[in-house]
Amino acid sequence: MPADRRILSPTVVLGGLSALTLLSIALFMTLGARGKWDFILAFRGTKVAAMVLVGYAVAVSTVLFQTITNNRILTPSVMGFDHLYRMIQTVLVFQFGSGLVASLDPRLRFGVEVASMVVFSGLLYWWLFNGAGRGDNRRSLHLLLLVGIVFGVLFRSLTSFLQRIIDPNEFLTVQDRLFANFNRVDVELLTVSALVVLAVSLAGWRWRRTFDVLALGRDAAINLGVEHRRAVMAVLVMVSILVSVSTALVGPITFFGLLVANLAYLVVRSHRHALILPAAVLLAVLTLVAGQLVLERVFGYNAALSIVIEFVGGLAFLFILVRGSAR
Amino acid sequence: MPIATLPLATVGIGLLAVWSLFVGVSDVSLATLFGGAPDQATQVLLVSRLPRTLALILAGAAMAVSGLLLQMLVRNRFVEPSTTGTAESAIFGMMMVSLLAPEMPVFGRMAVASLCALAGTGLFLAILRQVPLRSPLVVPLVGIMLGGVITAMTEFIAYRQDLIQSVRGWETGDFSAILLGRYELLWLSAALTGVAYLAADRFTVAGMGRDVATNLGIDHRKVMALGLVIVSMTTAAVIATCGMIPFLGLIVPNVVSLVRGDNMRGSLPWVALMGAGLVLACDIAGRLVIHPYEIPIGTMMGVIGSALFLYLLLRRNGHAG
Repeated sequence: MPADRRILSPTVVLGGLSALTLLSIALFMTLGARGKWDFILAFRGTKVAAMVLVGYAVAVSTVLFQTITNNRILTPSVMGFDHLYRMIQTVLVFQFGSGLVASLDPRLRFGVEVASMVVFSGLLYWWLFNGAGRGDNRRSLHLLLLVGIVFGVLFRSLTSFLQRIIDPNEFLTVQDRLFANFNRVDVELLTVSALVVLAVSLAGWRWRRTFDVLALGRDAAINLGVEHRRAVMAVLVMVSILVSVSTALVGPITFFGLLVANLAYLVVRSHRHALILPAAVLLAVLTLVAGQLVLERVFGYNAALSIVIEFVGGLAFLFILVRGSAR
Repeated sequence: MPIATLPLATVGIGLLAVWSLFVGVSDVSLATLFGGAPDQATQVLLVSRLPRTLALILAGAAMAVSGLLLQMLVRNRFVEPSTTGTAESAIFGMMMVSLLAPEMPVFGRMAVASLCALAGTGLFLAILRQVPLRSPLVVPLVGIMLGGVITAMTEFIAYRQDLIQSVRGWETGDFSAILLGRYELLWLSAALTGVAYLAADRFTVAGMGRDVATNLGIDHRKVMALGLVIVSMTTAAVIATCGMIPFLGLIVPNVVSLVRGDNMRGSLPWVALMGAGLVLACDIAGRLVIHPYEIPIGTMMGVIGSALFLYLLLRRNGHAG
């Protein structure tokens, strides 16, 4: 515990954040409602559920990723997930035309997207940890990141090329899917995603103390008896699943995770994941719901929440970097 | 490597360049130039083919040398304009010009893009000073994150103004629209490459770190600033003319350094030649693969460069990292 008296205890912080989050959800559900309650609650409830789920997935995956990489300025999307997702969207429309793509069964599409992202990252880890990953493990983690980035560039080159030669009207339908959007979430997919995220969380909860040890760095973790390689691998798999599900559900989100993870470190002032993770999740949900509330009710403006949040997240990231609080 | 190989390599690149003149949709060959339809063939050659080949050589050499310069100045093998936020910042500048002053002549566009690129690269260096570097691989990671933030800002604005497709154009290098009168900016980057060659020894010393450089009587700040200006202007000129060519500045200097070591004056001509050669080869391949259509150079380099870069990363000896 820090000696500084002005710092609130983590319990108080978490309590306060929970209250604020619940308040913003309540406001979001009820403000400006006109007409039938059962319809409104169902309609807004879906949006809130999507925001809670995505906020949760993004926050947890970013914090865990930063824990194993020992680096507070990285996000899992550095591994090329976003570019892969954008490539899938572009290839679909390019190959089949927007009409056919729009009529695809959303479950099938969701399944294809999640499967390709998980398989891609799985192959990457497997190949690196078994094929090229001999030798120094830490170096191979950085190597893994760089290899992921290179794949990201590869996907981006192919996507850019397709987006140039695609018919501009068709491109408009792709463009809508390139930015995250909480308004087009399918209730069925939401249920499936929630189950997947829950399964990952239950598996992860058993590891929560291991995360604390992993955060000390590779050498310390090995000294304290953690099978570092296996633990890192397990975390990477969890992160991939969370990122893939959230991306396939609403679209790519890059810097938002950085923002909430770093805010969580700031307010909790503890290294225990049992405290950091909930704080990050609450902050993420609070930001999303409050942001959507302000955009919808105050600015009467729809759809672009994610772009605003990315923008703010990006600025916050620069601020964190320049202030030098990035360890 | 004996010294006589440099002229040999130059001849090889020359042959590639000549080949590049005769690849394309309209019929340009020795037979048409001096027999069948001389006027039309000559016209195509002078207005389209020759400018395109020159642009390829100039842009390839300039981007490869920019990568070498950045690697010297940042003292890291994994940086090049697309991993330091330089290219993304230049694209941001191009977009702002399209938005606020669409009538601006191309030179003005490039000037704005250069300034933005310089600011972005400066920010990257300022951040590097703050981040503890546990591994040389962290440096490009920071640069790529920064580039991602800048791209997010660019897209944030472009999305609202329907400029996304133009942004994609700057992100993917493409030489198919190069004609006489549309590529002359690249001579400026050639001149900058010449300046880099003249100042090569200073950059080599600056690459040894500030203290060593100062001890050897080099004004480290000035040399750094000169290098960054060269890199920023070159990157902006290439993006304004034909769009970004990724990986070139990463691959070529690394391969040359494997063979020739790190004396910049000695390796710069090689880097320039190899850069031009790689771009020429990729462009010819891109024109032949789906003839009569073509694959833009940005995509070709993205694919070939990714493969080469992965190879460099995974060669398990300590040279590169």
